This record gives sequence, structure tokens and C-alpha cells, in this order.
Amino acid sequence: MTFTGLVSIALGAILINNFIFSQFLGICPFMGVSKKMDTATGMGLAVIFVMGLASALCYLVNRFILTKLGLEYLQTLAYILVIAALVQFVEMFLKKGMPALYQALGIYLPLITTNCAVLGVVLLNTQYNYNFIESLIYGITGGVGFLVAIVLFASIREHLVFAEYPKSFEGFPIALVTAGLLALSFMGFSGLKIW
Amino acid sequence: MNVKKQFKEGLITQNPVLVQLLGMCSTMAITTMLFNGLGMGLSVLIVLTCCNICISALRKIIPNDIRIAIYVVVIAGFVTIVDLLLKAYVPALSASLGVFIPLIVVNCIIIGRAEAFAAKNTLGASTLDGIFQGLGYTVVLLVMCIIREFLGKGSFGGGLLDMSTGSLRVVFDGSGSGVQLFPAKFAATIMILPVGGFLTLGCLIALMQYLLRKSEEKKAAKGENVK
Repeated sequence: MTFTGLVSIALGAILINNFIFSQFLGICPFMGVSKKMDTATGMGLAVIFVMGLASALCYLVNRFILTKLGLEYLQTLAYILVIAALVQFVEMFLKKGMPALYQALGIYLPLITTNCAVLGVVLLNTQYNYNFIESLIYGITGGVGFLVAIVLFASIREHLVFAEYPKSFEGFPIALVTAGLLALSFMGFSGLKIW
Repeated sequence: MNVKKQFKEGLITQNPVLVQLLGMCSTMAITTMLFNGLGMGLSVLIVLTCCNICISALRKIIPNDIRIAIYVVVIAGFVTIVDLLLKAYVPALSASLGVFIPLIVVNCIIIGRAEAFAAKNTLGASTLDGIFQGLGYTVVLLVMCIIREFLGKGSFGGGLLDMSTGSLRVVFDGSGSGVQLFPAKFAATIMILPVGGFLTLGCLIALMQYLLRKSEEKKAAKGENVK
């Protein structure tokens, strides 16, 4: 494990293989919570937090419980339980410790359990055989990629209100087309070479 | 129990992807060739039907406060079964769908139907709901695959149909190259990249909204005449 290796994981997760625009993970909250800039930012921050923690915890669960007992085939089940418990725990902790942040996140916190970016990053960590530090970095930077994507998208969507388009495209379709064009611009990063 | 009504709801008026807007991640991610679309559609159909049966049968004894947790465990159990079966018998499909098979666990269609339908309805109705909603999802996947493959590669039935020996064969191991309808060099590769997924699904949902609005208007006009 080298420093450049970690940087390439980070850059890959944020720009080149962005979770939203090139891996299609976490589209539901991306579409659902991007109508306003401030809620989008809140959701993005919460996702960074949960993805980082989930990556670290699931790595430990996989390494020290599932592999030790030869239960690798229960990975999916174990991971979703860990994530659900983690989200619940974070919610309780925030409620007591940081009520202001808890208020700001509101309903979006429990919704993170069903965010496929979280389960996705954990499964990918296992698939790529990342070690503890690499898993943690991939989780956090994957969340940063999500934040970048959702903030960019929300700022475009706020302006979309003034645009003219066919009536049938109202709501979701025009949002999807916008996201498609954003994905097109993110494709530019695929030429990025890291050392 | 109304079979015809449920069929129509699953495929058209309450289509999980085009109308309820659920499960979009996998819809856009894997629809690059027909083989993937069919495999994913059938996997979701099986998981959805089994979960609906299970949850509907248990609906009277599941405590209300922890129902979501129980749903997730039931779903994860069935997804693991399907995942292991695919790895054993159709490894090509498992490799090409990758992480999206285990991700069926967090596919909103399944937990959505469990909460909205199976938890309130009888066993028979829930089974049918699972089958028809699964079919609705599969049909959308197939349509997306056909459009994207045609525009992006100029072929049809990638992975499923094979022309390499000169005659048309159906293969089930994902090795088929599909039927080339026009030379690949004229195809817009962008349609099989992520961008194409967003654009195709956007246009399909727009088309669906247009058709549903048209039929609403027609019904409204008919209503006026009757009055």
C-alpha cells in the first residue's frame, strides 16, 4: 500500500468512476433529494459519514467474523444488517450529541439504509480485496463523489424551473436527461491518468 | 382478487420503473445487452415473488415496529439464494451483472411492494402482484436493452443470440455476439455508456407520462359526453 495507490483510489472514486455518473449507485436519493441546494448538501454530508463508517465496520466484520467462521456466503445479509444498525446508531447519537445537525438531516438519515451506494461501496471493497485503510479511503471518497454530484445536480435543477421543455418531460424525465448530460461531462475525466 | 386489473397495473398503470419510479439504479446500469436485461429481470421477478409470498403469509405475526428490519432480512435471504444459484449455474451472468445482483437487497421495488402491497393483502393476491410487478420491471429492462443495444452497437440480442456459425442459435451462457443489424462503426457508442442509460430512461418515462395523460384526457372527454 503506497501513498500514490491511495490517491488513485480517491481520485477514481470522486471523478473517474463517480458513484452516480459512472457506476449508477445511489440514484434514488440523488433524484429524490436534489430539488433544493441545502438539503442536497446535508444528504451528501450524511452519506460521506455513513459510507466511511460502513466501509470500516463491514471490513472488520468480514475479516474477523465471517472469514474466521467460513461464512462468506452470508456477506450480503451481514452487511445490510450492519448498515441498518449503523444508521440507527448514528441517528440516536446525533439526536443526543448534535441536535442541530440532526434537525438539518431530518428524514434523510434513515433513508440512507436503502441507499445502494452504501451497500455498493461495501460490496466493492470486498470484491477488490481492499485492506482496512483502502476500504476506509474508498468509502469516504466515494461519499465525496456523491456529494459533488448531488450538489452540482441540485444547482442545475434549481435553474431548471425557468427552462421550457415539452409537458411530458415534466418532473423526472427532464431531471434524468439533465443527469445524463452531467454524466457526459464527467466522462471527460476518464482520460485522466494517475502516474 | 382481480387478475386482469393486477396485470394491467403491474405492466402499465402502476409500472414499477416508469410510473412508480422505483429501482432505477439497476435499470440504467445493466441494460447494455439483452442477456443482462433478461437475467436481471428474472432474478428480480423471482426474489419479488418469493418475498411477497413470505411477507404476506407472515403479515399477521410481524410486529409493526420492526417490520422494515424483518422485510430486509427476508429480502436479503432470498437475494443470497438467487446470487449463489446464479454463481453456480450461470457464472457468465453473475460476472457480467457483478455487484448488482447482491444490490437487489436495496432495490426499492421489493421493499416498496412488501410495504405497500404484501403487508396488507392475501397470499394469492400478493403472489400475483409479485409476478406482475416483476414482469413490468422485466419488460422495461428488455425495452431499454433493445433500444440501447441497437443504437449503441447496431446489434440485437447480445449474449443471447449467436450468429457466429452462420445460423441463428440461442445460447444461455452469455457468449453470443448478437445479430448485427448494421455495421458497428456507424453506431453511437455513447448509448451503451452511462449517459445513454440516463437519456433512454428519461425519454421512456416521458413517453409513458404522455401516453397516460392522453388516456386520462380521453376518459375525461368521454365522461363529459355521458353527462
